[in-house]
Amino acid sequence: MMPQDSFGRFVGRMHRAGRLVVQPRMGVSDPAKMRRGLLATRHANATTVGTITLDSYTRVADNRAAVAALQTGAPLNGYPIVAHDPRTTRAMLDGVRDPGFPVQVRHGSAVPQGIFAALVAAGLDASEGGPISYCLPYSRLPLRESMTNWALCCELFARLRETGAEPHLETFGGCMLGQLCPPSLLVAISVLEGLFFRWFGLRSVSLSYAQQTNADQDAEAIAALRRLAAEFLCDVDWHVVIYAYMGVYPRTPKGASLLLEEAARLAVRNNAERLIVKTTAEAYRIPTFEENVAALETAAAAAAECAGRPWAPPGDTGLYAEARTLIEAVLNLASRLDKSLICAFERGYLDVPYCLHPDNAGRARSYIDDEGRLRWSSVGALPITAVAECGPGNALSSSDLLAALSYVSRRCDAHAIERPSAPMIEQREQ
Amino acid sequence: MLSTRLSTCRRHAVQRDADYGPEIVVSSLSSDSHTWNLIFLQLLLEELGHRVTNLGSCVPDDLLIAECERRRPCLIVLSSVNGHGYQEGLRIIHALRAVPALAATPVVIGGKLGTSGADPHLASALIDASFDAVFEDDAAGVLSFRSFVRALPVGTNA
Repeated sequence: MMPQDSFGRFVGRMHRAGRLVVQPRMGVSDPAKMRRGLLATRHANATTVGTITLDSYTRVADNRAAVAALQTGAPLNGYPIVAHDPRTTRAMLDGVRDPGFPVQVRHGSAVPQGIFAALVAAGLDASEGGPISYCLPYSRLPLRESMTNWALCCELFARLRETGAEPHLETFGGCMLGQLCPPSLLVAISVLEGLFFRWFGLRSVSLSYAQQTNADQDAEAIAALRRLAAEFLCDVDWHVVIYAYMGVYPRTPKGASLLLEEAARLAVRNNAERLIVKTTAEAYRIPTFEENVAALETAAAAAAECAGRPWAPPGDTGLYAEARTLIEAVLNLASRLDKSLICAFERGYLDVPYCLHPDNAGRARSYIDDEGRLRWSSVGALPITAVAECGPGNALSSSDLLAALSYVSRRCDAHAIERPSAPMIEQREQ
Repeated sequence: MLSTRLSTCRRHAVQRDADYGPEIVVSSLSSDSHTWNLIFLQLLLEELGHRVTNLGSCVPDDLLIAECERRRPCLIVLSSVNGHGYQEGLRIIHALRAVPALAATPVVIGGKLGTSGADPHLASALIDASFDAVFEDDAAGVLSFRSFVRALPVGTNA
């Protein structure tokens, strides 16, 4: 059978041509409107891939509620791919999705069996998530059940390879909780979820990392992610996807654009292949198609503007060593990766700060230091005491927490108001 | 804060010693996966001297009711920021009030409760449905909430 073009191959081809692929989050319940959103993405003045973001009912596998909403015309906050007939979705994508415009399904589910069955039935071959990253922050489901669900879905999805397709999965592990997770843990979870996808049959993956609070620390984290991917995933196709900041977003349009442009420079500076954008409406509501297109074009222009510049190599504060120590400690816990991951959370070898899920130990804590870097105030039982540099260890107060959560938005909004025409951060050039 | 129910303090005065423990239950509602709001509230309440049980995100109605019935908290704090807080708040308050042990427990709600910004009509409907107070998710709402908790007759030294 002829190999088809795939999500991973498209992104790789654009990267070799020197173009950053940019992508929105986008989903509406009506197929005709969804098609218009995908076409708007495709026709943006940028190198784009399309997104179908699913609704919350489908995310929690409550398909009955999604069907009821379609019948009564109640607006959903995404595209209900399970509730729609596969023929409806195929027709919606006909003439929109092709080898030059791949489309990814984004969902957030720890119970994604129905979603994967529906996207395969609709002829799609790219999605994202992971057994940790779509369970701990967004679900009450026991981690053990999420592992089983995701293993089944990976195996089902990997079977698409028999048809000549190359199914692609992206880890969401580099975005845990959106903010205040120290980068070494984000990098470790992203790589571990990539390894999980490979273990259960995938051969084309992408590894996520969400922009945090300090551009130099982010650069070091992305360099560590690439190095670890080359070491641990050398036999699969992989690329890195950067997320524009996922925490509390700037409220001024200029502040929001500055943060997005910083994310685009971060991606280019660190040789990342793809960027998920945020819009100027992010602090207020779900963005419109037009706002998404504007964000795609802003990011593409910022990326083009700094392409080819020689960047100083990132510093080394021990982030790679910390992430590698975490990954190796987890892999040594059991002979099967899914068992290792469950055991790692039981023992607190993986412990996401401020995550309330019952299966998260909840002993590790983080803070933002004077330079804006995310650091550990407590590592709990994380096996990194030898490599981690711990802070003063004071517990965060409620007002400290609010200040930390809004650190980035305040910085960007203040800059937008005080120096509206200057770039926010001069990332170090050589 | 948008609204409070005047009868709250009276009910406290009558029932304080017999029915309330020092514990406060903080919870999201069934469709809301956000947690930073819950973590903030937990820290704030602990700073005010309370023991807090944080039930986390996406809490099904049955779980919330069972935990509150078992723990007999001195206050139930519901927080929602996904825009469904109004609909889900109306549903859960009826269910909580239907449990005899929780019929008079102070229950408050706050956050982004509707899909289109602050709306005083939503708050008054929630108060009518027997919430004790409704708080907006801004600095003034936090200050009002703090004053409300400080005025609770039990718990701070327990």
